[in-house]
Amino acid sequence: MERSLSHIALFAALIAVLGFVPQITLATGVPITAQSLGIMLCGTVLGAKRGALAVLLFLLLVAIGLPLLSGGRGGLGVFASPTVGFLVGFPVAAFVAGLIVERSTAPIGLAAGFGAFLGGVVTLYAFGIPGMALMLGKTLPEAALLITPYLFGDLIKVGLTGLITHSLARMRPGILMSRN
Amino acid sequence: MLALTSPVQTPFHRLRAGPKLAALAMFTLILFQLDSPAPLAIALAFVAALHLPGGRPFVAHALRLLRPLWPFALILALWHLWTDDLTGGATILLRLTTAVAAANLVTMTTRLSDMIATVERLAAPLARLGLPPRTLALAIALTIRFLPVLSDRLARISESWRARSPRRPGWRILTPATLATLDDADQVAEALRARGGAG
Repeated sequence: MERSLSHIALFAALIAVLGFVPQITLATGVPITAQSLGIMLCGTVLGAKRGALAVLLFLLLVAIGLPLLSGGRGGLGVFASPTVGFLVGFPVAAFVAGLIVERSTAPIGLAAGFGAFLGGVVTLYAFGIPGMALMLGKTLPEAALLITPYLFGDLIKVGLTGLITHSLARMRPGILMSRN
Repeated sequence: MLALTSPVQTPFHRLRAGPKLAALAMFTLILFQLDSPAPLAIALAFVAALHLPGGRPFVAHALRLLRPLWPFALILALWHLWTDDLTGGATILLRLTTAVAAANLVTMTTRLSDMIATVERLAAPLARLGLPPRTLALAIALTIRFLPVLSDRLARISESWRARSPRRPGWRILTPATLATLDDADQVAEALRARGGAG
């Protein structure tokens, strides 16, 4: 009980802190924000249920008025903005990523990468695109077109989630709650 | 790190959080029923007028909070100029701005402590699902407490990276940052147990 609580609370804080990091510029010069990487890591490290709860706790803090979304955004207004679908999809994305890691018997890095892809890209976009279509009065293909510039960065984050989860498991076997 | 609550006192600061949230929900529902520019312009003017008792710094704060919307305003403007549907574009843009501004107004005029108290009250039924309000409040407090701790930890990891390498600290600092978070979480769990547990 205490272990779940402390991990959920501290990973909610980690997602927030990764939003403060200005931007991580990759070797190729592509800037990415680390916040959605934090969402994927919540799933692959904490597992489906705890990962989703950590993301929900993070969103609760945003909703009650803390400026914790990347770029210092926060408050109730962000839930009325065009990106609301992504916010709703965040906890589900972490859940899916965690579920894949829990159920799969593949090597941890591959399982985490695949989970991050199914959760952080497929599932997240399945919420984000309809949300944007609804808020901006566009059709689904039109909304999908508007977010394609983010796809490349998100695919890089999928790879990084796999790498980071793999390193964690190698450095400290047994530390991943998703595999215990 | 501060909350988004405005330090400028307005009459709305004295209202309770629950009724304000209920009013916001009603207002937003109505906004999504309106689908022509004229009534939506009136709604926006109404929300703008509600900001006036706060004076100039309050209005400036509100405008700053609306800034993340401008890329969407730009996309909508270009899109609807292209498709020659200005009425449709104006409707969507007015509705979006009004909904976000109204929600921001509630955030700006409600103290964090009032919000947390309201969340605890609203979450009371979750006790039956195994989440007592006290545990939720503890989780919120723990997260807020660890924001500066983890922020500081991340800064120190970047510093030690820079001390060893001429290259910029990239994604590689994320592994030690996650590891540090996991270790902290284990220690917090032990500390909670030593003090009688979270249950």
